[in-house]
Amino acid sequence: MAGIDYSQKIPNNVDLKSDRRLQRALEAWQPEYIDWWRSVGPTDFNENEIYLRTAVSVEKDGWAHFDYVKMPDYRWGIFLTPQEPGRTIGFGDHFGKEAWDQVPGEHRNSLRRLIVTQADTEPASVEQQRLLGHTAPSLYDMRNLFQVNVEEGRHLWAMVYLLQAYFGRDGREEADELLQRRSGNADHPRILGTFNEPCEDWLAFFCFTMFTDRDGKFQLLALAESAFTPLARSCQFMLTEEAHHMFVGQTGVGRVIQRTCEVMNEHPDSCPSEHGAIPLELIQRYINFWVSSSNDLYGGEVSSNAANFFRSGLKGRAWEQKREDHLALEGHYTMDIFENGGFTSTEVPLRNAMNEVLRDDYIADNQKGIVYWNKVTAKAGIDFQFRLPDRRFRRRVGMFAGHPFDLDGQLVTQEQWDAKAPEWLPSTEDKDFVKSLMQPVREQGKYASWIAPPAKGLNGQPVEFEYVKL
Amino acid sequence: MNLNFQTSPAHYRHWQLTFEGDIATLAMNVDGAGGLFEHYELKLNSYDLGVDIELADALERIVFEHPEVRCVVVTGGIDKVFCAGANINMLSTSTHAWKVNFCKYTNETRLYIEDYSENSGKRFLAALNGTASGGGYELALACDKIILVDDRNSAVSFPELPLLGVLPGTGGLTRIVDKRKIRRDLCDAFSAVAEGIKGKRAVEWDLVDATAPLSRWEESVSTMAREMADEVPDRSACKGIELTPIEVTETDAGLAWKYVTVTFEETPSGPGRMAQLTLDLPAEVGPTDAAAIHAEGADWWIFRMFRELNLALLDLRIKHPETGLVMTRVVGDPAVAMGIDAVLANPGADWFIHEVRHYLKRMLKRYENSAKSLYAVMDEGTAFVGTFYELALAGDRQYLLNDPEVPVTVGITEANAGWFPMANGLTRLQTRFLGAPERADEALAKAGLLDAETANELGLATFAPDDIDWEDELRLAIEERVSFSPDGLTGMEANLRFAGPETMETKIFGRLSAWQNWIFQRPNAAGERGALKCYGTPQAPEFDFMRT
Repeated sequence: MAGIDYSQKIPNNVDLKSDRRLQRALEAWQPEYIDWWRSVGPTDFNENEIYLRTAVSVEKDGWAHFDYVKMPDYRWGIFLTPQEPGRTIGFGDHFGKEAWDQVPGEHRNSLRRLIVTQADTEPASVEQQRLLGHTAPSLYDMRNLFQVNVEEGRHLWAMVYLLQAYFGRDGREEADELLQRRSGNADHPRILGTFNEPCEDWLAFFCFTMFTDRDGKFQLLALAESAFTPLARSCQFMLTEEAHHMFVGQTGVGRVIQRTCEVMNEHPDSCPSEHGAIPLELIQRYINFWVSSSNDLYGGEVSSNAANFFRSGLKGRAWEQKREDHLALEGHYTMDIFENGGFTSTEVPLRNAMNEVLRDDYIADNQKGIVYWNKVTAKAGIDFQFRLPDRRFRRRVGMFAGHPFDLDGQLVTQEQWDAKAPEWLPSTEDKDFVKSLMQPVREQGKYASWIAPPAKGLNGQPVEFEYVKL
Repeated sequence: MNLNFQTSPAHYRHWQLTFEGDIATLAMNVDGAGGLFEHYELKLNSYDLGVDIELADALERIVFEHPEVRCVVVTGGIDKVFCAGANINMLSTSTHAWKVNFCKYTNETRLYIEDYSENSGKRFLAALNGTASGGGYELALACDKIILVDDRNSAVSFPELPLLGVLPGTGGLTRIVDKRKIRRDLCDAFSAVAEGIKGKRAVEWDLVDATAPLSRWEESVSTMAREMADEVPDRSACKGIELTPIEVTETDAGLAWKYVTVTFEETPSGPGRMAQLTLDLPAEVGPTDAAAIHAEGADWWIFRMFRELNLALLDLRIKHPETGLVMTRVVGDPAVAMGIDAVLANPGADWFIHEVRHYLKRMLKRYENSAKSLYAVMDEGTAFVGTFYELALAGDRQYLLNDPEVPVTVGITEANAGWFPMANGLTRLQTRFLGAPERADEALAKAGLLDAETANELGLATFAPDDIDWEDELRLAIEERVSFSPDGLTGMEANLRFAGPETMETKIFGRLSAWQNWIFQRPNAAGERGALKCYGTPQAPEFDFMRT
């Protein structure tokens, strides 16, 4: 089952051809997906040959096969990490019992909601990024954008497969609606707020792939633990692809910083913006925006939904196997609960704090990126430290939502907050300035003024490789 | 406990059934040692479920075996006591589930008395030869008329509140105000006096219709019975149908009768949480003329099938509380289902066919009054047509396989237009389409056999997946249902099943569930120092006086 059946209309390693129902459902959905891709996926470039990697097998090396392909011809399909025999449930009340190959009717609605919410983010990001191809700072970056886009598309396929294979008519309807919602649309927006934020310039794109796709990583890690084996296997395979997206984000922002540092060293007495580079403070403001927006994606700090999902084995913690107590019944999470303008230290039952547990892991992972960027500035001899805003900063979801917390997580007055906001968050002028830099560079081996070339090319190719045939 | 829902006069321990021309006398003479459980004694004509099973049997036999009977005298077979109601020790020591099932069954039996009076040409006279308290007076209230002996001692009473801290559980409070239409302030006063009200005042308040002194008791009762019998048509020429016993086979998987099977199944929430209830139609419609039908008697398949259904329902209710979901299928040739409705369509011509139709009506009600989730599974080979489609309508959901490659037939007949009114007085189609009465008419206008697509368009199914989705939809529906709180489900289903107007019947069941079952759970009744627990002990009850 590890081999992917490419003889089929829909490449897969789930023996699609023997499942008449599923095949019919997916083949009906496929043209709608292509329509969606063509209407709200990347504008233009659909006829260009792009150096993309395509999964040809789910074995260790098989998922990264590189070749030129036109995006609409990308072999979107259904790939699950190979079945692990005798899999048992790794956490919650059913810990140690046999894992589920079918959706238990009892958990059908909760599981469907979890899958739909995850699935909805995949096409959303493609929509958010659809215009960016036009302003790519290099062929290398353009290719990376499209790689991210086609893989988000494939992740949608993975989730739609689950919906159509395991959730009957409701699942098919949900699959259709995934193509009907639109990022930022006033009438039928995407489910989660961050996925309705415009992503109009490349600095936003790099921040998105760094911080928002990293939320995706942690959601997938938690779902990869699910007692529902098909979901777990789908997510495990998606994680291999997700890693590249964060690489694009981390190195992307790093290269912007590196370029700014170079300009600052060349012109120590003037603002880098005068020389076509992006000031470090402005980059920090973008970080503040995207980190705070992505922090919301984990939901409320104390959540009965999260407790139910954990209890029933639907959604675990990242790296559940590395933990000791898989029941999480006895433990507590000591949390400063914010209410009526003050904090009370409270022992929240661990299961109810699962959103916060996942957010902790996420924040720690983000911090590694910050450390990496600070090495870039240090290496260039520039005295500037990037930082993560505190988790309470600019929240729209959870107990801190709507309250004026500063970057350090201190409660300030609304007036103080409003006065400081231009220092903390990208202003219209910031965005206009970044936009003014977004001039396409399409010559092989050339890079825009505001970004350094990558340290090395992809798949052993040189940085001046023809990543996109224009 | 030896609980058998079938019995016969030869086996009665608690009742004597005698006949004199068109008058039957049903005398209660409860064998104190004959309770279903050994830890209580059925003193003073108090009853438990076993006593009521005999009562229900006797009534049914009067209807089917003695069509000539026009008046039934219900009286006490022991001196100075008519009936003391449900046995208190039984109530105070039973589980809540048992109490609820017991009350439901006894309520159904009382409603059957009223149904026989309304539809089966019987009049019922409660001849209270002694005190009728609690359930005893409630039994009397189910009769058409009540005569009370005036011995300056015997009374009718509702001692539940003053003595036990509970309520009369067999519709008594509803019947005094809704059936006898007694002033509610008088009812309030009556319900607070443990020893009850006797003689002249009982008549003045209309708690009874008449009194008679001891010396003229028998004469008065028989005069009144004669008058009541004469109110209804003479059926002396009709020959009864013997209600022969029905054999059941216990299999590993469940229970099997001739036409009805119950199979208990494993679900992820546990064994037996779901049962398949299957009604197998015979291959042929069978006899169509009255003479041939009489010759078959109790073996006439439609009658026998619903008698079996009755036993299956009682078994599911009382012996299988863990079974929360019943998946019902009617299997066979739709033409047979259609055909039997044509036979049942002309009941005026024959008393037996008439009675069978009313029997079917009562069993459909018993089905929808069961605290189980009821799903009709309308797939290949099923025949939910007319009378049998009522069974689908009586349930909570109808799953219909709608696939061009798999023929499934549903059917609407005259049976769906009013043969089987629900407790709310409406037909099931009317209740289904309460907000759009034209849709019920639309369905009736399409009378005949319908393919699945048409049936679905008419709104006759809840969900109509195709063959590809069918199995999984059903599996998920089952697994989800059996995972919910059984109490929440019982409450939800009872709320949704009986939309539309209130009737005395809906009030009786609704209020039993809402009030009595609540009181039964409260410490003031069922706690260690609750009134129900303390009754008959040296201890006085202790109440928490906070009003809820």
